[in-house]
Amino acid sequence: MTTSIAIELNGEPRELAGPATVADLLAAIGLDARKVAVERNLEIVPRSTYAETALASGDRLEIVHFIGGG
Amino acid sequence: MDGIQAAISADSVDEGWTVAGRNFRSRLIVGTGRYKDLEETGRAIAASGAEVVTVAVRRVNLADPKAPMLQDHVDPKKYFYLPNTAGCFTAQDAVRTLRLAREAGGWNLVKLEVLGPPPFLYPDMRATFEAAEALLKDGFEVMVYCADDPVAAKRLEEMGCCAIMPLGAPIGSGLGLQNKVMIRAIVEQSKVPVLVDAGVGTASDAAEAMELGCDAVLMNSAIAHAQHPVLMARAMKAAVEAGRLAYLAGRMKRQEAADPSSPLTGLIR
Repeated sequence: MTTSIAIELNGEPRELAGPATVADLLAAIGLDARKVAVERNLEIVPRSTYAETALASGDRLEIVHFIGGG
Repeated sequence: MDGIQAAISADSVDEGWTVAGRNFRSRLIVGTGRYKDLEETGRAIAASGAEVVTVAVRRVNLADPKAPMLQDHVDPKKYFYLPNTAGCFTAQDAVRTLRLAREAGGWNLVKLEVLGPPPFLYPDMRATFEAAEALLKDGFEVMVYCADDPVAAKRLEEMGCCAIMPLGAPIGSGLGLQNKVMIRAIVEQSKVPVLVDAGVGTASDAAEAMELGCDAVLMNSAIAHAQHPVLMARAMKAAVEAGRLAYLAGRMKRQEAADPSSPLTGLIR
């Protein structure tokens, strides 16, 4: 069964084919999970739980990494 | 005076310093922003001899997830990444940012800065205290950017911050140390490392900070915005080492009148 999940990702609306986990989302974008951190609805998602953290419509996600800064 | 003995007996350039149980030989911490490109970033940081680099935490570029990353040019196995909260204007944003940084990096040692509005981006001390309290409670080791205020600095130390980092001048201004008396006062009262963070413009500013007794200096723009960043990175390395050695050596007394070095006896007539 495929349902559509509407989330907000880094401030932008995004539609995903569900069901989907954080790990699925990172893979779909093409991000190396070891180089990023994920916040879901203002809570950190531990890297060890990406594969079991299911996304739901209305979720607000932030995916960040380290960049040059002072 | 262990430091002096170590420096003299080993004839070494420097005896190193410790923050939150981590030992570093280099007393120069450099930022990784504002360079022309990542390749120049890597070369300048290598030339600086720094072991600790500050990094920012930002949203990934979803449109180009394969874009070159800082890690490709500044190896996180070789350098200690010190995450900062640059660009955070509230305690809440700073705490969120560092929680993400801890998850991305896997360690607790971070640099907290909560800024006031332009044009000075002066540290917002009320928000800084609020964020520091939350972070310390959450198990972070907090190096804290702060005003050159000895009372605030002491309070941050008593709360449990592991390094006190007053500004020498506004971020990115390159004005040099505008507040030597207060920096020295903070150095003299502190039991944790004190670093000048922000304001350094050229090598003599970095040497001056070290001569005041700071444990280390943190800078970014002074190197990145020099005409030749890699050369300036080398200059800063030398300046920090020279300033530290001068501090350990103890400068001569100042006096108003001349005091000749050559004997005044035995002169020909």
